[in-house]
Amino acid sequence: MAGAVRSPRPDRFRYLPARLPFPRIFKRGLFRRNAVYLTSIFGAAFAFELAFDTASNKIWDSFNRGRQWKDIKYQYVNKAEEDDE
Amino acid sequence: MLARTVLRSVPFRGVARQSLNKTSTRASSSAAGAESASSPFHLTLTASAATAVALGSAAYLYGQEAFAMTPAEEGLHPTAYPWEHAKWNKTFDHQALRRGFQVYREVCASCHSLTRVPWRSFVGVMHTVDEMKAMAEENEYDTEPNDQGEIEKRPGKLSDYIPAPYKNEEAARAANGGALPPDLSLIVKGRHGGCNYIFSLLTGYPDEPPAGAVVGEGMNFNPYFPGTGIAMGRVLFDGVVEYEDGTPATTSQMAKDVVEFLNWAAEPEMDDRKKMGVKAIALLTGLFAVSVWVKRYKWAPIKTRKIVYSPPVSRR
Repeated sequence: MAGAVRSPRPDRFRYLPARLPFPRIFKRGLFRRNAVYLTSIFGAAFAFELAFDTASNKIWDSFNRGRQWKDIKYQYVNKAEEDDE
Repeated sequence: MLARTVLRSVPFRGVARQSLNKTSTRASSSAAGAESASSPFHLTLTASAATAVALGSAAYLYGQEAFAMTPAEEGLHPTAYPWEHAKWNKTFDHQALRRGFQVYREVCASCHSLTRVPWRSFVGVMHTVDEMKAMAEENEYDTEPNDQGEIEKRPGKLSDYIPAPYKNEEAARAANGGALPPDLSLIVKGRHGGCNYIFSLLTGYPDEPPAGAVVGEGMNFNPYFPGTGIAMGRVLFDGVVEYEDGTPATTSQMAKDVVEFLNWAAEPEMDDRKKMGVKAIALLTGLFAVSVWVKRYKWAPIKTRKIVYSPPVSRR
């Protein structure tokens, strides 16, 4: 191996990329304790589901503006109340 | 990579020339001579003719379509209309569903049943709860047997299904000259052409049958109906229905509304299904991108490594 760069890691790990992609904070804060790790996974799933559903519902409603029941409901709900009065 | 370098390292033309030369002139041969190796002209001609005949007969036999029915028995193929609700990201137009249900109730329901649709399924789709309760109560249903074992009548509830206009198939046939009006719950799924077919059928009645067409007793001519003789006459005329939202009730408007309504009756889950589909595609696209990244991450060291063979240096 001509021109081998001196590496702080042992030579048998040279197939690993020199820079690991995850920041250290993940390793310290998340992965050390299993409880923290699991909780963060479940919490992230919950938050993602909420955000994803809200965003995609909004996009869907903008695709279908004026077509769905919630868009035309006011005409009939108001009418029923007027009849009662 | 490896295969490419192997290929590149051997001179390509040299190999080709060598192998060509070797096959055309052999160093020693048991064959009679060079002439017998090339096939004579009449053999080439015969083989080409045989191939042409085989291909031609195959094309003749398999290229033609066989029709069991005449075009009249097949029915005129319906026009493909640009249905807005058939697009992948569009729901039903619920105002149109409401109009279509009005058309069904005032026109179709006198002959056609809609037995697989309960009153409750309209709530929150095109009507309010109060409207549907009132509509259900207009109809009478059988109760469970009472203490004396007798069955009484009660007003309808939201959980009841829309009652059929006839008691049974025989009554329906007797009232319609032997023809059975089909149930419309799943008719859009149950007919070739779906929405296009039903719209074409409803709007496709000519004023009078074309010259030479044979129309049976009590039948009507409709080119879109297989066989062209249909027991149902034209029912949609301009202004048959008066829409509550003020839409002009032309024949094509009513046909379009009722077809969209029947499509809803056949697939009430369509709105949710399409929304779920859009969400699933969005999520799976993200997951696919992540999996591509993970694959490249895992394979990077293997793809970029270089194996070097350093031969042992002999000591002298």
